[in-house]
Parts: sequence; C-alpha cells; structure tokens
Amino acid sequence: MSERPSRTALFLGYLQIGLTSFGGVNAWARRFFVEKKGWLTEQEYAEVLGIGQVLPGPNALNTAIGIGTYFHGATGAIVCALGLFTGPMVLLAAVASLYDTYGQLPLVRAILTGIAAAAAGMVMGTAVKMVTKLRPSRTLLCIGLAAFTLAALKVRMPYVLLMLAPLGLIAAWRELDR
Amino acid sequence: MILLGQILIAFATLSLLAIGGANAVLPEMHRLLVDVHHWMDDATFTQLFALAQAAPGPNILAASVMGWHIAGPAGMMVATLGMLVPAACLAWIMAGLTIRLRGNTWMKPAQFGLVPIAVGLIAASGLIMAQATVTGWAALVIVIAATLFVWRTKYSPLWVLLAGGLVGLVLL
Repeated sequence: MSERPSRTALFLGYLQIGLTSFGGVNAWARRFFVEKKGWLTEQEYAEVLGIGQVLPGPNALNTAIGIGTYFHGATGAIVCALGLFTGPMVLLAAVASLYDTYGQLPLVRAILTGIAAAAAGMVMGTAVKMVTKLRPSRTLLCIGLAAFTLAALKVRMPYVLLMLAPLGLIAAWRELDR
Repeated sequence: MILLGQILIAFATLSLLAIGGANAVLPEMHRLLVDVHHWMDDATFTQLFALAQAAPGPNILAASVMGWHIAGPAGMMVATLGMLVPAACLAWIMAGLTIRLRGNTWMKPAQFGLVPIAVGLIAASGLIMAQATVTGWAALVIVIAATLFVWRTKYSPLWVLLAGGLVGLVLL
C-alpha cells in the first residue's frame, strides 16, 4: 500500500463519493479507493465490502465504517460515515420539501408515477440479473423463492429471516464443503 | 414527540433487518409505514422510494425522505439516525473483530447462504412497487421495459428512471 490517508482526506473522499454515486455507492467507492487513490488493494476492498454485505444495514455504510476503522479506528469510521451521508442528506431534504409542495400537481404526479414504475422494473431487473449471475444450486434457489413468496405475502421480515437464514447457511456450508 | 419516537423505533428495527441493503428491506418498510402505521399511501411510498433511487448517495436514504414526509425536518433526522446508527454500531464492532480475525472462514458460507434470501427479498420489493404503480397499461409497459433493460443491458439504470419520467409525462 502506498500511503495512509488522513482523516480529512477520508472525509473529503467520501463526501465526493456520496455526491457522485448515482445508482449505488459500492462501484464508485471501489473506483475511488482502489483505482484512483490506491489506498486499498482490490483484495482489501473486496474483503471489507464482503463483510459489509453480510452484516445487516446499508452495505455502503458498513463498508465506509470498515474502511474508516481500518485506517483510523473509531474516529476514522465516524469521519467516513459523515462524509458519505452529508451531501446526499442535504440534497434529499430539498427533494423532500419540493415533493411536499408540488407532489400533488397532476403533471408532477404523472412524471413521478413514470419514475416509480421504472424503479419497480429496475428493482425486478436487478433481482433477475443477480439470479442469472449467481447460478444458485437448486436448494439455494428454493430458499430464495421462499423469501420472495413470504415477503410478497407480507410476512413479517424477522420471521422470514429466522426461518430462512439458518437454512441458507446450512445449505451454503454443505455446498462449499464439497 | 410520540410520533418521532414511533418513527425512530420503526426505522431502527428496519436498520437491523436490512441484510442486502435498501431494496431487500423495502417489503418490511412498506408493511410498517403503509399497512401498520398508515403514515402514507401506497403511491406516495413508491414515489418517495423512487426519488431516493434517482438521487445520488446510498439508496437507504429513502428512509430520510420518508421521515421528512411523515414529520418534516425532525422526522427526517430521526428516521435517518434510526436507520443508520444501530447498523453502524454493529458494523464498527465487526470491523474491529475482523481486523483481528483475518481470513475469516465463516464469511464465505454466510455470504453464499444469505445472498439468495436477499435476492428473493429484492424481487418481492419490485413486485410490491409494481403493484403500487400499475394502474393502467402505460405503467405496465414501463415496468416490463425497465425490467428487461436493466436485466439485459449494462447501461446505468438511471437512464431507465429518466425514460420512465418522460414516458409518464406524455402518457400518464
């Protein structure tokens, strides 16, 4: 590794990532830390991201905290998290107040319905894409389908996770063992 | 004050359930905010979520926009803190642990086994959003076209949101 970034550099880095990261933070964060600055190797970033994805809570936040802790402990974590959320929060406060004022105008409502319909398709497309990329075994596919069905039927999510997470872990353990 | 407390508890619960990010926790968020607390209707929920997707930054900030809609700036602060702080504490503890336990053997099975569940939850999110928006054939066409575009091409999904807005302007 070339150098250790200061806390200020981490904050400014995450501020920039937060404001530019359209459509998900992770790809942008990787580009910044690995490609642009070289503060982390590909392997190090993948490890931090992997832990962030297993933990509950937003991946982007978990990863930011992982990276901050890696360089500067608790203060590093706080600096990275603040940097990540400050910019978008200000922007979204503006969006939210505009929505409250103009959201009911017929024209605005039509545009927003269009965006919402597109977002619905985007979320479904992402799910399908992930399935085709992952090529899960039949057992894991069934577990995924069960999660889909239960969530679509609005079963409470703690119950869904309590039922399916142990099954998923056991299945994964056995498949990776082989 | 009671309302702010309720918002805090609702989003703090969601924070610890959000394995797989904002999209995976959407069904539970919808259940709590629309069905249990009646803080907003179906269409508003979906539109706010879509707006947060279109803006830069982590998608989980949908929580902030919804907090604002329920109770103004204070609602936004409470919802955001509720969504972020519990998960952040956990992530911080884990970050400390994993620096010590390098090459952790439990992580691969955990990822491998939990990802299918997250994907299932994400698919359900899409379905719930579609149910809220599809009131006629035009919206249905947008949903199907957006699904195919994101699935089959490598372009940024933001184009889908932009196109959806334009089509909505003309047809809806």
